[in-house]
Formats: sequence, structure tokens, C-alpha cells
Amino acid sequence: MIFRNKTNIILLIVSLFFLFVSLNCFAQEETNVGLVFDIGGKGDKSFNDSASRGLSWAAQDFGIKRIELEPGADADREVNIRNLSNIGYKLIFGIGFLFEDSIGDVCDEFPDTKYAIVDGLVPGKENVVSLSFAEHEGSFLVGMIAGLKAKADGKDTVGYVGGMNVPLIQKFEAGYIAGVKYAYPECKILSAYAGDTPTAFADPVKGKELALSQYDNGAYVIYHASGLTGTGVYEAGKERKRYVIGVDSNQNYLGHIEETGENFGLTSMLKQVDVSVYLTIKAFLEGTFEPGIRVFDLATTVVINDVEYNGVGYAMDKYNEGLITDDMIQKVEEAKQKIINGEIVVPSEV
Amino acid sequence: MIENIFRPDFFASAIRIAIPLTLAGLGGVFSELSGVVNIGLEGIMLTSAFAAVAATNFTQNVWLGIAFAAITGILLGLVHAIVTVTFKANQTVSGVAINLFASGITVFLSWMWFHESQIMVMYKLPFWGFPIPNPGETTPLVRSLIIIFAHHSPMVFLTIFIVIISHFIIFKTPFGLRIRSVGEYPQAADTLGVNVSSMRYISVLISGGLAGLAGSFLSLEQAHYFVKEMSGGRGFIALAAMIFGKWTPFGTFGAALLFGIGEALAIRLQGIYAIPVQFINMVPYLLAIFVLVGAIGRATAPAADGIPYEKGMS
Repeated sequence: MIFRNKTNIILLIVSLFFLFVSLNCFAQEETNVGLVFDIGGKGDKSFNDSASRGLSWAAQDFGIKRIELEPGADADREVNIRNLSNIGYKLIFGIGFLFEDSIGDVCDEFPDTKYAIVDGLVPGKENVVSLSFAEHEGSFLVGMIAGLKAKADGKDTVGYVGGMNVPLIQKFEAGYIAGVKYAYPECKILSAYAGDTPTAFADPVKGKELALSQYDNGAYVIYHASGLTGTGVYEAGKERKRYVIGVDSNQNYLGHIEETGENFGLTSMLKQVDVSVYLTIKAFLEGTFEPGIRVFDLATTVVINDVEYNGVGYAMDKYNEGLITDDMIQKVEEAKQKIINGEIVVPSEV
Repeated sequence: MIENIFRPDFFASAIRIAIPLTLAGLGGVFSELSGVVNIGLEGIMLTSAFAAVAATNFTQNVWLGIAFAAITGILLGLVHAIVTVTFKANQTVSGVAINLFASGITVFLSWMWFHESQIMVMYKLPFWGFPIPNPGETTPLVRSLIIIFAHHSPMVFLTIFIVIISHFIIFKTPFGLRIRSVGEYPQAADTLGVNVSSMRYISVLISGGLAGLAGSFLSLEQAHYFVKEMSGGRGFIALAAMIFGKWTPFGTFGAALLFGIGEALAIRLQGIYAIPVQFINMVPYLLAIFVLVGAIGRATAPAADGIPYEKGMS
């Protein structure tokens, strides 16, 4: 209890400090946008960094004032959201499904503040937008690439390493398996999760052991949906000279070996959290913020600063252009059109 | 199916997983035998894992990285010793403080020095032992034995050496006897002229150094990365290994191997059988509980473990 009280005192001081700072900001009539990270935090080169990137784009284009917070412990999530609300932040992002409870609790107390949650659902609130992604569709496409690559090189097994075993991460697995089977029906798929708690997203040692075991059992390509744990999967791939598929951000460069120039980052499933954050801020500033659920999928097409983005997709760059043939891309693009038209329905559950 | 699991790489993987648990567990053994509870092992491992990567990348030498990790561990051990031996503060609170400090300082310094929260190790240790022969080059038995025992990081062999040396120091030397005496009955040891404080200081410093080595193995060898919070509770598992091993070096090593086998098994069982993952992840711990209850029996801590020593009090 003593700790709790001390924490409270510290939080009070911090809040007062922010209050003071934010009062200064109001004088300049800038909009304050706050963002609270998921496990893994800033610098995960994946999910959180994608959100952070969206916020920087918005800061550049609209001149908003931004703050990024990283919760230390589980209980900090709600504290962070509440503090930002208290000191006058008008738009607050919670990155990750773990924010469902904290945003659900806090949003009623601050009806004038808008909240956005990525990956989670907070339905029925007038001031909350739930930003959701069709991860299974993006995973289907990278699954096809894994299957086509294995087929082209005469291999018969691919793998999947998930982070925390929850329905959201199973959605990646379901889409991936469907994609592999679509491209290469005889292919075997090994599948594993790093754990059942949020730390499963930050355990590269476990990730590497999981990946090594799959590679040693014949996996030719492994798709990871495991945040920081995935750095271990890349290490295993480079050690065994097999391929890895990244997640959320473009992680292809993580499979690059500088000394030999070899590349083992086959592709990455892009989940454009950056785009969703940017668009939400834009809508908020233009007064067109809409509560409810907003889904970003393959059919979503957005142009930001002359670059076109889909809600989800796969990454091509200089690191993997030599690994994926035009023929493979053509097949994947055909399937993409079929998914958009509804000819292929990708399962979202395993 | 069974032969798909119990392949040579399964045992090699179990050994790799056991190494940091063994080193940190040995750290626990030294500290607790002298009467100081050290739950800061987790934080020491994490800080040293960072120190190892930072020093390796700055000095371009992996061995210096390992040395720096050990030094960082010893320094944190020194903090723990000052707080708990000199100032007689609660040992558990001091350990918790070290763990909290570690989560903060590692992320702070990695942003300050490297501008990111995941740092890649630029230089790697070589493998020691025989190169793995291609299938068919030798008999399958020889190949399996090489994969399991004779193709590892130098730190694996170093760890086994440290286990043997620790056993010798603790049970065969006067120094070891003094460590054990200040942990069992410090009043008596003091009467016989053993300096309780300095024995406890030395033990806690050794403990920190070993946990530091454990941290360097995690980041330099297993992940080739420093990632925040990468110790992932292994410091606490190491304490469990120490207890299962009845506060002896060989016992701790055996318990760590058991955890290693359990985790390697859990990794390989996934996706092969239709068992829920949540259940599979319990395997290492279930295994440990069954062994503890069935084969090892009662584990008794040193009598004065966790109790600060006040001269003249009894």
C-alpha cells in the first residue's frame, strides 16, 4: 500500500506538471493528441512503431502537439489514459487490444474527449472509434508467398510463430494457413505460440528456440506474428539460412546479412496502423470524427502524401525483390482481387 | 511422432535453455547459503544482458562484453550487499528494487546510446567443439552425440566448469565452510572469528557476477539481440531451480536441465498433438512439481537465510 501511495503522489506531481505544460499549449491553440503504446513499446520496429509513424506524419502535416506514453505495468494503461484526459488531451489513442477495459472505463467520464483504440473493440460509446484490421486477409497473401516459395524450391513444410495466444493473433494464423493451402495444398504447416501472457510478445530467446525447432522439423519459411519475440525468429532464420516473414511494419531488412549480402526476409505482412492513426487525426481535425468500428482491409485504399496504401498488404523492397518472382506476385495480386471481390472469403478463425 | 520430438537438437536446445538458469541459480546458491536472499537475480540478468550487448558493440569484442556483463552484475550485487548487509534492510525489498531499476535503466540507456529499444549484437562468439557432420558422414550415433554435447557456445562449457568449481569451493574448502556457516548460524560463526559481513559481501558479489554471466548468455548467445524485458522471468525460474536443487551446485544444474527439457518439450509438442497450447506451456512446471514431490522430497533453506545479522543479538 505504501508503494501505491507513493506512486499516487508521483503521478499527482507528474499530472500537475503536464497540466501546467498543457495550459501553456492552449494559449497557442494547438490540438493535443496523445498516444499510449502497447507491450513492446516504442522501437519495436513493428506494431507500435507503425502507430508512432502515423502520429509523426500527422504532426508534420497538421502541426498538432503530440505526446507518446509507454505504460510500465499493466495498471499504468488506465492511469496513462486518464491522466491524458485530465490534462486536456482531446484525442487519445490506445494501441492494442489490452486497452479495451481502460478506454471503456475512462471514456464515459470525459464525454468531450475522443478516444481511438487499435485492434480492440469498445462498442456503443459516442466518443470512441475502434480501429480494426483485416489481418487475416494480409496474412493470406503472405501465406500464399510462403507456399509459392516452398513449392518453387521443392520444400514441403512452412511454419508460423505467434506471440500471445489470443483470438487476435489466431486471426493471423488462420489467414496464413488458408493462404498457404490456397497456393500449395499439400504443404504441411507447423504452428506454435510463445505463451499465454503479454510477455510472449517480448521474448526473443523463446522465439528463436521455437523457430529453430520448426526449421529443424523441415520448415522452409516461418511467418511470425509476435512483436519483439520475432527478432529471435529472424536470428534463427539467418542461422539456418531459411526464410522469415515479418509482421505489421516492413521488417524485410531484419533478414539481411551484411557480410554475405544474403537476404532471408521473404516479405512482411503490412498492417497500416500508421494510416489508421493518421486518418483518425485528420478526421478529428476536420470535425468528421465518427464513433464506431472502422475496418481497414485489402479494399481500403488511401493516398497520403502521394503514396497509396491499403489497410493491409505485403511488403516488397530492395531486400526481397530477388526472392520473389514476377509470376508469384501475379498470382498473389490475382488472389487479392478475388478477396476484394468476395470470390475468396478468408477465414478469421483457426 | 516420439522420434520427431526426441531428436538430438531437442537435447541441444534443452541444454541452451538450461544455461542461463544454471548460472543465475548458482548465483542464488552462493547468496542464500551465506544468508542473503537475492530475488534481484532477474534484474541483474536484464541489466547485464544490456551491458553485454553495449560493451560488445562499443569494444568490438565479445569476450569484453561478457566481462562487462559480469562486472555489471557484481556492481549490482554490491548495491544489494550494501543495502542488506551493511544497512540490514529487508532483502526482498532490495531485490524488488533492483528488478524495477533494471527495467527502467536498460530501456533508458538503450534509447540514449543506441536510439532504439532493440540492439543487435554486432559480433558473435565462435562455436566450440566439432563441426556438425553431414548426415551419412559418420554414424548417426556419433553425429547425435556431437550435436548434443560437442557443438556449443564456449559459455556452455564455461558454465559446466563453473558448476564443478562451485561445488568444490562450497563443499571442499574452508572458504565454502565459512559461507555456509554464516548462513546457518551466524552467531556461532562470529564467535569463532568468521567475519559475517565480509563473507556475506563476497557471496553476494559472486552471486551478482554469476547472474551477470547468465544475462550475457541470454543476449549475446541466445537472442543475438538486447530487447527490453528480455529476461522474461528467468531469474525467478532460476531461484526455483536453486530450491529444487536443495541449494547445491549440481542440484541446481540438474533442476535447470529439467526446466530446459520441459521447455524444449513444450516447444516441440506445440502443433504436433491436439493439446491446447495453454496446457503444453505448463509442462516444464508440472514436470518440476512432480519431480520435487516424487523424487527429491523436502527442500530446506539455510537456517539464517533472509535474516540480517546483528552483532550480539540472538
